[in-house]
Amino acid sequence: MFAYIVRRMLQSVIVLLVVGLVAFSMFRFVGDPIDNMLGQERTQADIDRLRAELGLDQPFPVQYYKFLKNAVQGNFGVSYRQGRPVSTIIAERAPATLELAFVSGFLAITMGIALGVFTAIRRQGIAANVIMTVSLIGVSLPTFLIGILLIYIFSVELDLLPSFGRGETVMIGNWSTGFLTTSGLKALILPAITLGLYQMTLIMRLVRSEMLEVLRADYVRFARARGLSDRVINFRHALKNTMVPVITITGLQLGSIIAFAIITETVFQWPGVGLLFINAIQFVDIPVMAAYLMLISVMFVSINLIVDLLYYAIDPRLRVDARAT
Amino acid sequence: MTDTIETPTAPTKSRFTKFWDSDFAWSFRHSPVALIASLVVLILLLAAVFAPVIAPYNPFDPASLNLMNGFTPPGTPNAFTQETFFLGTDDQGRDVFSTILYGMRISLFVGVSAVMLALIIGVILGLVAAYFGGWVETLIMRIADVQLTFPAILVAMLIFGIAKGVTPPEYRNEMAIYVLIIAIALSDWVQFARVVRGAALVEKNKEYVQAARLIGRGPIPIMFRHILPNVLSPVLVIATISLALAIIAEATLSFLGVGAPPTQPSLGTLIRIGQGFLFSGEWWILFFPACTLLALALSVNLLGDWLRDALNPKLR
Repeated sequence: MFAYIVRRMLQSVIVLLVVGLVAFSMFRFVGDPIDNMLGQERTQADIDRLRAELGLDQPFPVQYYKFLKNAVQGNFGVSYRQGRPVSTIIAERAPATLELAFVSGFLAITMGIALGVFTAIRRQGIAANVIMTVSLIGVSLPTFLIGILLIYIFSVELDLLPSFGRGETVMIGNWSTGFLTTSGLKALILPAITLGLYQMTLIMRLVRSEMLEVLRADYVRFARARGLSDRVINFRHALKNTMVPVITITGLQLGSIIAFAIITETVFQWPGVGLLFINAIQFVDIPVMAAYLMLISVMFVSINLIVDLLYYAIDPRLRVDARAT
Repeated sequence: MTDTIETPTAPTKSRFTKFWDSDFAWSFRHSPVALIASLVVLILLLAAVFAPVIAPYNPFDPASLNLMNGFTPPGTPNAFTQETFFLGTDDQGRDVFSTILYGMRISLFVGVSAVMLALIIGVILGLVAAYFGGWVETLIMRIADVQLTFPAILVAMLIFGIAKGVTPPEYRNEMAIYVLIIAIALSDWVQFARVVRGAALVEKNKEYVQAARLIGRGPIPIMFRHILPNVLSPVLVIATISLALAIIAEATLSFLGVGAPPTQPSLGTLIRIGQGFLFSGEWWILFFPACTLLALALSVNLLGDWLRDALNPKLR
């Protein structure tokens, strides 16, 4: 058990070091930082001084070590485009993305499980079939088209909901929240649906197929023979046992929500980290790109680690396998 | 890629009849989904290839543009010039039908090239991993595992961003299409490598491989002449499904403004342009490119699904 955890964590650290190397190489080789910082009128003395100041005259491993040290402390340098520290910019933008991700994740999980159970229990019903067909179309539609479609229906035609931005926000400490104003909540609806729809269909289909499998199991038949009510069987016995794979997939999808937020944020001009990243790519703002890369990898790697460990804790069979190898 | 299915390259009639009578062709003829999907793909493919012939205007030739024709609704004559456009015009008076044809050309070019490149990288790495084993296999498959934990679209974006930083600014627009191909290919090779490795691991221990080794053939001929032909059918399925994903990935990246430049608009770029006119009521600039993209992606996807069931029902 302990050896497994240690090995798994070591792997994560190696992955992060490699990603760090990629991010560092971006700084080092994509464009000359001296070029970016000094203007046209520079002397060799200026260049040498700045080179020494930035530590660029030191050997590669030393520079890499310094970069990692700074990164761990959240220091990614200054954005080429905005001229402000990257960490400040990201801290400003993070609440928007996190709130959006939280709401759509919540939507995806609750609706996904509810619809999944419903379509599994009423397998033959018309409503279940309609839901399944619609979900198939939903999966094949690219995210940005879903967003545009929603904007067209609810903003252009019906004029009910705003099509861009966060609405009014309230500052609580350093956290700007859109949860407390009506316009903030209204602005949240369309982006959250757009972002959560794909994950919702995914969870729904997973819950449905797992439920169908479990409902055929002997212990469910036995529970039926005992004369338990359908509700107890469906929710106490069946749903509980479908949860292990659902937790895994949901956990892994958490990262995807943050990644796909880039698309949703662009469609709705949502002032979050994803929009920041897209703009950074367009204007080749290396420090922002590197910081985003590091942040998102830390997130993905830790989500994967947590899911693996959770899985290990939930499913006893894995423990036996791990000991055997 | 897809047209190899509909038109078997048969030198003799007997071979053609043999193909026509095979299970594969039978299941194709008796699947309405496959027939319709391949028909749509074929039409769109031909329309893209022959775009310069079919398109009534060349949208990239400034001489053929008339700004007075801007925002002409589909099918109705323009108020100033009395010219009629089948699918309307955009803000600069470009015929939407023509831009879609040219845009589809770029979308398909990027999609097909990216999948081909991903296929080549993935197949080679997968075969090498399976054949040599040991630390080579561990290294390749570890990289694949790590890459799989990141969404492909994010990987493609990052590669595009880095490549954009490396290329000098004056070449950025010209190189964008090729950078896009490489970015999508590098985000997609993992699927191929995993499938090929899995299939090749089984083949590797079969007698014909041992026989080939006994008569003294080297590792490269064994990998590519002996093992490869036997692992190709799952590769074909993945390639078709990947094509649909690559087309959508390309459209998404271009839509986000990190793909095909406005000078060489793909379907995604056209949708990006059209989104700006949604509020002013010029819906056709957005609507028709979006429908084309959907038809293309959906029919390639359906074709891939059918191919998966027809070639190997157990693949998934």
